[in-house]
Amino acid sequence: MAAATLRSAGFDRAVLLVVPAAAFMLLLFVYPFIYGLVLSFEPKTGGALANYHKFFTTSNLWPTIGTTLKLAVPATIINVFIAVPIAYRMRVRSRWQRIATALLVVPITLGTVLIAEGMLTYFGPRGWLAQFLQVTHLYDGSIRLTHNYWGVLISLVVSGFPFTFLLILSYITGIDPVLARAAATLGADPKAQFRHIYLPLLAPGLAMCFCLAFVQAFSVFPSAVLLGAPAGPTRVISIAAYEAAFEQYDYSLASAIAMIMGFVQLLIVAFVLSLRGWFYKGPVTGGKG
Amino acid sequence: MKHDFSELRLDRVTRRFAGAGGNAFNALNELSLTVRRGEFIALLGPSGCGKSTALNCIAGLLPLSSGTIGLDDTRIDTLPPERRGFGMVFQNYALFPHMSVAKNIGFGLRMRGMPQADVAPRVAKALRLVQLTGQEHKLPGQLSGGQQQRVAIARAIVIEPPLILMDEPLSNLDAKLRLETRSEILRIHRELGRATIYVTHDQDEALSLADRIVVMKDGVVQQIGTPEEVYAQPANIHVARFMGYRNVVDLPIAGERDGHVTLEAPDMKLVGVRKLPLDGKRAAVAMRPEEIAIATEPAASNVIAARVDHVEYGGRDSLVEVVTAGGKRLHLRSSTKVAAGANVYVHVPPERVLVYPSEGGGI
Amino acid sequence: MDQIIIPRERLVAIPAVRTRTGNAWALRAWRALLAGVITLFLVNVGLMIAAVATNSFASRWLGTWLPQGWTPSWYVDAWKEFQLASILWVTVEVVLAVVLLALLIGVPAAYALARRDFPGKRAVLLLFLLPLMVPPITYGIPLATVLYQTGLGGTLAGVILANLIPAAPFVILVMTPFIEQIDPNLESAARVFGANTWRMFVHVLVPLLAPGILAASLLVLVRTIALFELTFLTAGPDSQTLVVALYYAVFAAGVRAPQSVDAMAMIYMAVTLVWLLIALRFVNPTQLVSRVKEHPQTA
Repeated sequence: MAAATLRSAGFDRAVLLVVPAAAFMLLLFVYPFIYGLVLSFEPKTGGALANYHKFFTTSNLWPTIGTTLKLAVPATIINVFIAVPIAYRMRVRSRWQRIATALLVVPITLGTVLIAEGMLTYFGPRGWLAQFLQVTHLYDGSIRLTHNYWGVLISLVVSGFPFTFLLILSYITGIDPVLARAAATLGADPKAQFRHIYLPLLAPGLAMCFCLAFVQAFSVFPSAVLLGAPAGPTRVISIAAYEAAFEQYDYSLASAIAMIMGFVQLLIVAFVLSLRGWFYKGPVTGGKG
Repeated sequence: MKHDFSELRLDRVTRRFAGAGGNAFNALNELSLTVRRGEFIALLGPSGCGKSTALNCIAGLLPLSSGTIGLDDTRIDTLPPERRGFGMVFQNYALFPHMSVAKNIGFGLRMRGMPQADVAPRVAKALRLVQLTGQEHKLPGQLSGGQQQRVAIARAIVIEPPLILMDEPLSNLDAKLRLETRSEILRIHRELGRATIYVTHDQDEALSLADRIVVMKDGVVQQIGTPEEVYAQPANIHVARFMGYRNVVDLPIAGERDGHVTLEAPDMKLVGVRKLPLDGKRAAVAMRPEEIAIATEPAASNVIAARVDHVEYGGRDSLVEVVTAGGKRLHLRSSTKVAAGANVYVHVPPERVLVYPSEGGGI
Repeated sequence: MDQIIIPRERLVAIPAVRTRTGNAWALRAWRALLAGVITLFLVNVGLMIAAVATNSFASRWLGTWLPQGWTPSWYVDAWKEFQLASILWVTVEVVLAVVLLALLIGVPAAYALARRDFPGKRAVLLLFLLPLMVPPITYGIPLATVLYQTGLGGTLAGVILANLIPAAPFVILVMTPFIEQIDPNLESAARVFGANTWRMFVHVLVPLLAPGILAASLLVLVRTIALFELTFLTAGPDSQTLVVALYYAVFAAGVRAPQSVDAMAMIYMAVTLVWLLIALRFVNPTQLVSRVKEHPQTA
């Protein structure tokens, strides 16, 4: 207790600033989360694990994990790996950077419904794209980009790319450009500068960005309903949860599904973040740190 | 790029920037310079004088607005930095934070395609040269400023470049470390014998390190000369001011004969050496504090009566500030003890009174 | 000074600098590819928006290049039918409340995290990071249950609280690097001159943090307007935000003409677009994470 005298009143008080936010989180996030967890173990019928058992044995429930992953993972990979070269190209602060960034970020404003409507109209079988392809004889046949897997994937890319791009651009511009200049004087051409300087320094941020983008994509809901085929190929896990809650009024099952959803997601996030730890140590081979 | 060269030639190198408000200004204005093999050149000047711009242009990090840079008979200003083969030490070291010391130093060699087995002994040799053996596996973040500095130097020299560029490498070090590292740089230069272009705003560094000094101001070269020349015979008033000629007095011209100018004001009469063509009725006179002495015996000319204003003790000698009857202030260094308020006579030899055109608006 | 001389023959000669020029073509091709991808993306998105816009003004449009006729009546209908005025008002209330509250509890928390080390700091960090990592539905469904049980479900307050959960951590995430950038000596200086914590906050920190606060609030604003799941789960009929109302419109009972839905979607886009443009005026998106270092312009 004597050591406490070293800490002046000002020091302690600053830490207290965390309390309101932390309390809020505990109350409105942790508590409901635990409540939901407990609820998932109290099914309408059957033992504690009945909900989970039901999930993994019902044929329109457990495949939703795979379906959602099949949508979320490619969408995230596309988003991240297209964003990186584009953001790298635009790392120099210029008028072009601002204009292009503003344009590429506009899809944030669209909202899922507009994207869905837009895609249905534009990519639909009688939309402009179809008419364009027909008129130019580039593709004679009907295009099927809506009400299926591809529609949802495209909408995930359109809605997810701006956010991913913005985040990666921030990370890239946070890397001191003098490092690339130093590498240039040592003989590194732009490709080598990217590979040896930017990429290793970017890796931790990339991993974080991947996780955030993946979370967004994995939670896909309105797009899957409006643009997909919710009965079959795009029956994502959030649809299953929603149905359980608001159509079958089985909140316990819904909580169970929500828990499974969260768990799968955390698994993937943890995996990616562990990769990041490995990657970061990579360039320092042989070092004891 | 060749490892040896005869000369690096900058020919009227100019670099324009669009300034605030849209008007372009020349950060670097027609710099012409020839650097010979093994020569140590210092680019010296205050902030904003264009010295770092010049260095970046030579390195290839900034394109030229006009002019050419040539290495013997090859024109290099059209080459990107990765093909010029010069070594560069940056002001903030620019060590790659995710690479160990050894990997940082070996980076340039690896970029040339050398296999790791051949890189290692060269890295070890460079580490020995900067006296950092044993630090190979540390990350830059774990080193002190002085150590980071030496890693940056090692990284630049290990590729055995024909030319080494240094951008104010000592400015982030404390005073003692600065002196030590300065000696290190000189020692390394003598051992390697590579041409070096060194940017600094510190005249002591330039004087002690350089074979030739290029004094710059506002993007324009003011003087190119050996340290002795720049120190003792500054080409104009700006160089004089920068090189420590702290006493600059604006006086009316009384007459001139054979390059010797007589200047006369009610409180002082001086004879000095004309350094530049004079115009008008007044001239600016520059004198070093070290060359003004308190007169212990009467001298023929160049004696000024003044009253001691205050004395700053400096150990070996003191910095004495005196005021003349006309209110002009002079600074001088003296080992003679004087008290504040005392009336003294100060003397400066005519050859050390340098006369330049008046700047307009006297002191 | 230890001069160890290595016999020259033992060191392999350094290869000369590569001078091949083939790179230039590859680089140009790569840049063209990137430009192509960007253009493809922008053009298609632009056309999608144009399609919706065109449809919203069309009287009838079936499979031809342009609609058969034009009318602005859908907008008027949508406004009246979906009670857009009140929905817009609700959206504004929710969004502004969320932004304000998120800043209020988020900025001090970010300050404490950036400046202080305390036992359990990592746990607290995790606590703030989890809501961003866990899908909204996962905690949204139990949250809705809890809110309904405590009587807050379906009310404006409930919606605000629900949207605050991902908003506050987001503020903390964005603000922490901003605060770390500020020299702690400034705070010491303020204290030496007599400011207590509150006054130091108000007179020194907040003005310096203004760009960060602006960036964070605008991001939260845009995200909250767009956030569907949480509002969907916790809102009642008179506390719906625009995005939820839009979704319902698509599934509304009876045959809803797609044009009126499109009209509403365009209104939604216009609302967010205005805010985004304001945001981009004041904040360079790259300021989100760290300092931006410029190219050399010093002499």
